[in-house]
Amino acid sequence: MSTALVTDLAIFVLALLVGVEVIGKVPATLHTPLMSAANSIHGIILAGALLIGVTAGGVVGYLLAFVASLFAAANVVGGYVVTGRMLKMFRRKAPEPVPAAPAKVAVAAAAGAPSDTGNGRKPS
Amino acid sequence: MTSFQAVIQLVYVIAAACFVIGLHLMNSPATARRGNQVSTAGMVIAIAATLVLLIHYGTVKPIGWIALGAGTLIGAGVGLYSARTIQMTAMPQLVSMFNAVGGGAATLVGVYDYLHTENLPGGVLGTTTVATLLDVIIGCVTFSGSLIAAGKLQGVIGGQPIVFRGSRLFNIVLGVVLLGTAVFMLTTASQLALLVIALAALAFGVLMVLPIGGADMPVVISLLNAFTGTAVAMAGIVINNWALIVAGALVGASGGILTKLMADAMNRSIPNIIIGGFGTGDTAVLAGPGGDAQVKSIQADDAAIQLAYASKVIIVPGYGLAAAQAQHAVAELANVLEEHGVEVSYAIHPVAGRMPGHMNVLLAEANVPYPQLKEMDEINPEFPRTDVALVIGANDVTNPAARRPGSAISGMPILDVDKAKSIIVVKRSMGHGYAGIENELYFDPKTSMYFADGKTALTEMTAAVKTLVA
Repeated sequence: MSTALVTDLAIFVLALLVGVEVIGKVPATLHTPLMSAANSIHGIILAGALLIGVTAGGVVGYLLAFVASLFAAANVVGGYVVTGRMLKMFRRKAPEPVPAAPAKVAVAAAAGAPSDTGNGRKPS
Repeated sequence: MTSFQAVIQLVYVIAAACFVIGLHLMNSPATARRGNQVSTAGMVIAIAATLVLLIHYGTVKPIGWIALGAGTLIGAGVGLYSARTIQMTAMPQLVSMFNAVGGGAATLVGVYDYLHTENLPGGVLGTTTVATLLDVIIGCVTFSGSLIAAGKLQGVIGGQPIVFRGSRLFNIVLGVVLLGTAVFMLTTASQLALLVIALAALAFGVLMVLPIGGADMPVVISLLNAFTGTAVAMAGIVINNWALIVAGALVGASGGILTKLMADAMNRSIPNIIIGGFGTGDTAVLAGPGGDAQVKSIQADDAAIQLAYASKVIIVPGYGLAAAQAQHAVAELANVLEEHGVEVSYAIHPVAGRMPGHMNVLLAEANVPYPQLKEMDEINPEFPRTDVALVIGANDVTNPAARRPGSAISGMPILDVDKAKSIIVVKRSMGHGYAGIENELYFDPKTSMYFADGKTALTEMTAAVKTLVA
């Protein structure tokens, strides 16, 4: 067993314990954003995908580099954006203005329209 | 290690610290957004450091840059688009897809490393072979399993558990092939053997998720999330990258904890869910209190009177609420009641929805303030002081039969809805929940059944309350 492997294993085990400690404190209310955030964190595999490029020389290498970076980039960008979008919805108080707003939302939902209020669906 | 590499490694350590702090800040809704930003910052510097490393090596060929650039841009575009347009009810599918691509990318990194180092003098039979094997096996299981899970959630593949004759035997054969080939690879370098392992693991992922029923989805998604994290950590060990190891371990821990919580909330062991059973409806053996028990039916006007003159109302939403797209309607009813001075809160069972915490996001989207969203342990003592418990789309998690032994759901933690002074249940019919048993709550003399679609019922009640208080 090489020193590098022992170090890697030590880091893995310690990080696992830190993870258990930190994540055990997240309230059930936030479990979906938590999972989504964890999802975006494993998007770090993009770094691994990019590093394929250092030694890639043949068709197989380029193909693996392409697919791996595509998967990883979708993972990391999508993960962070959707987590942010969800967390923005959690408010301490219901939004004050326009008493007509809830009714409008209900109508939109009734029409089966995508009902995402104030989450920046279109960056208009 | 050159000083340059040391600096890059240090940047990775900072990134890893950002991930930990980011997750730590998620312990409260008030700081969670900042947590996500810290985590994003960590990710940006980790990727930036990787790019600097690539440029520093100077060995990336032009075609390599094109492959990486095109892959990253297309992937980022797809990720951005789906993240912005996805409906909150479809979150579990999206998370499942991200699990799939994350696991897939981790597999490919492991595969490339194997193919590449095999061609180097000295071969691949180094100490990282075990990590490579774990990476490829877990990554492949995650990839195919998550795709099937996403398909089930989206309704592309039937949500019913799919079981075929001899599937258990086939699984055992697959397991033996996997283990045998893996042991073989510890002593012999072989690309073919790696291919066999990848294919067997992909098949295993499909067979693992297909027999799992809709009610068990929260557990499956959490488990696949843990798998993805572990695959990424293994990929990190393969390429000796600390950022990947730490990030993967954190995700593994998160997925593991959520899996445990979900399984506990259904009072089932994880192996039991994987093997199948409860979600499949094949345990439907016990009858409720018998066919002669009477249920009381109620209309909008009477329900409105109960609600409007209550001082405390608890709403118990289940997946049926989301399925009927009624989360906005329920929020409106709650608003009207609150304006009338009624104290309203929501009781959220851990497995309400299709993934951990799903119901909270759906209600947050409907502008329900998060202090009103109460967890099971927090809300249960409040039911005895509650005038009306309004159950919409929740079934098994409110069944008092769970407190007694001898029922399919015995021992499952439930919401103490039956302790409220009166109960209104909105439901389309007397149909059963996933457990396939009668809900004794419906036969309670305090319970009134409101037979209607969730959204229709809520709209009618809201209108009736408005007329009443006007």
